[in-house]
Amino acid sequence: MHMADALVSPAVGGAFWAAATGTIAYCSARVRKDLDDRKVPLMGVLGAFVFAAQMINFTIPATGSSGHLGGGLLLAILLGPSAAYLTIASVLMIQALFFADGGLLALGCNIFNLGVFPAFIAYPLIYKKLVGHDPRQSRMVAASILAAVVALQFGSLGVVLQTVLSGVAALPFDTFLLLMQPIHLGIGVVEGVVTALVVSFIYQARPEILESTLQQKPLGDLPIKSLLATFLVATLLIGGVLSWFVSENPDGLEWSIAKVTGTPELPEAEHREHQRLAKIQEETALLPDYAIPTEEGEARSAATERMGTSLSGLLGGAMTLIVCSLVGVFLKRRSAAQRKEA
Amino acid sequence: MLSIDGSFLDFKQLDLLALRQTPVHRLDPRAKVLTTLCFIVCVVSFDRYQISAMLPFMIYPAVLMAVGDLPFGYILRKIIIVIPFALLIGLFNPVFDRQVLMQIGSLDIWGGWISCFSILIRAILTASAAIILVAITGFPAICEALEKLKMPQTFAVQLLFLYRYIFVLTDEGVRTARARQLRTFGNRGLGIRHFGSLVGHLLLRTWERAERIHMAMLARGFTGEVHSSRRPSHFGRTEVLFMAGWITLFILLRLFNAPQFLGGLFTGTMP
Repeated sequence: MHMADALVSPAVGGAFWAAATGTIAYCSARVRKDLDDRKVPLMGVLGAFVFAAQMINFTIPATGSSGHLGGGLLLAILLGPSAAYLTIASVLMIQALFFADGGLLALGCNIFNLGVFPAFIAYPLIYKKLVGHDPRQSRMVAASILAAVVALQFGSLGVVLQTVLSGVAALPFDTFLLLMQPIHLGIGVVEGVVTALVVSFIYQARPEILESTLQQKPLGDLPIKSLLATFLVATLLIGGVLSWFVSENPDGLEWSIAKVTGTPELPEAEHREHQRLAKIQEETALLPDYAIPTEEGEARSAATERMGTSLSGLLGGAMTLIVCSLVGVFLKRRSAAQRKEA
Repeated sequence: MLSIDGSFLDFKQLDLLALRQTPVHRLDPRAKVLTTLCFIVCVVSFDRYQISAMLPFMIYPAVLMAVGDLPFGYILRKIIIVIPFALLIGLFNPVFDRQVLMQIGSLDIWGGWISCFSILIRAILTASAAIILVAITGFPAICEALEKLKMPQTFAVQLLFLYRYIFVLTDEGVRTARARQLRTFGNRGLGIRHFGSLVGHLLLRTWERAERIHMAMLARGFTGEVHSSRRPSHFGRTEVLFMAGWITLFILLRLFNAPQFLGGLFTGTMP
């Protein structure tokens, strides 16, 4: 599942942007150091292949629903970790821009969830270890199912954590986790099977493609240290920035509860001034019936005040929307007229 | 089948919109990318129960669509497609958050409904910002802007390659899917077993294509850089004005709840 802009907070989005751009810089340097410029067109075309393959659906046995290839693990198997990571990141960027799938601020989260786990964990630590130098079909199937499941479990855990940390959605952590992990277990198994089918087909047709990647030893000197450092920086950023945000403005819910229950009393003078202004405004208002009647000397109850503000919020909101669309229509007319003249 | 072709054509059309010649299309892409990011951060930074203060942000997509001469219906359709994804999670809010925050008559409105509606507005605003950015800038120009903003060159080359072949290969994918669909009856043959060899063949063709491309590139002296003659751009006074104007407006709208104030003038409640 893609993380969406609508669910992400700036702190979480920013932290994962930092993590994703750091990893992209690192992988770019590695791919460049490889000096294998055969890979340059290959990465690009394989990224496009993922889109093409996603146009072809298949029915999932026993459920009757249809699915499509995710492609992360397949790219890692074909290209090796760094190149696969860059390819996955580029695919996600196109999806974010052309389909608004996820969104631009959540792009960092998505690259992290769908890129780091298949390319740097599932492929090198599971698939490669299991398959080794003996890519028999049964092994390959088992390895890709396991690798895909692990990658997707981590990925969906990432989505859950990012959503809960952002605090826009109200789903509690445990409920969301119980909702996401089983679904992604199923998706992971299907992804693993499909990846295995494609990989074994390629192995039968052109084994040298897979062998060259398997024999690459990019992991021999994969600096786990710098990878861990990236994770650490991301964690610190999230922790630091988030806690700062939290202490700065109390949580939305707390804030609204505070508004409901115990609003601090206004000083008497200011209060009187406030009411005087309110009275003037009441007299000048176009819709005075909707105003909350105030009694002298008695503070307005929080509930009615809230109702007043929410009502004016609704009304003002509607008017704002009308203004925005009028501006749009006006500008459109004007630019159309200008084009006609030109 | 229609939907496959449809989504593909949709994709092409967005790309074609970037070829128009309007004042916003002519701006330096960096200005547009940075302004869009700033817009999204401002929208997303609102409190989870905020609705009214977010609405004035609609002015940004509205103005860009008008000045950029973008078809409103088309952009709207693209936004509607992506909203369910965010809303799927947002719809859980009313289940878990039943704090009564507002009353209309005798009807209690839970905090969950308010935050769910807030998520809907966030989704509309952020999705429209991303789609409009592509429609008024074009993907190669966005890559160029990001490269000037210090994105690694290898990644920029990767993005340009992907973009160049995406149309060719999705075309092939669509044709493959159509050919298979015409040969199936009901769900027979659409299963997972034949998918492997079908996609495997597509992958092999792709691989061979990459090899041909590589040889052609070597023959033309490829050294790891992609040179392309794009629209010459320069970050001038118009760009500075564009960015400064919008970003100031975003910050003002973020700090002051304009609709609340506007509504207050009419209902007579103090903001």
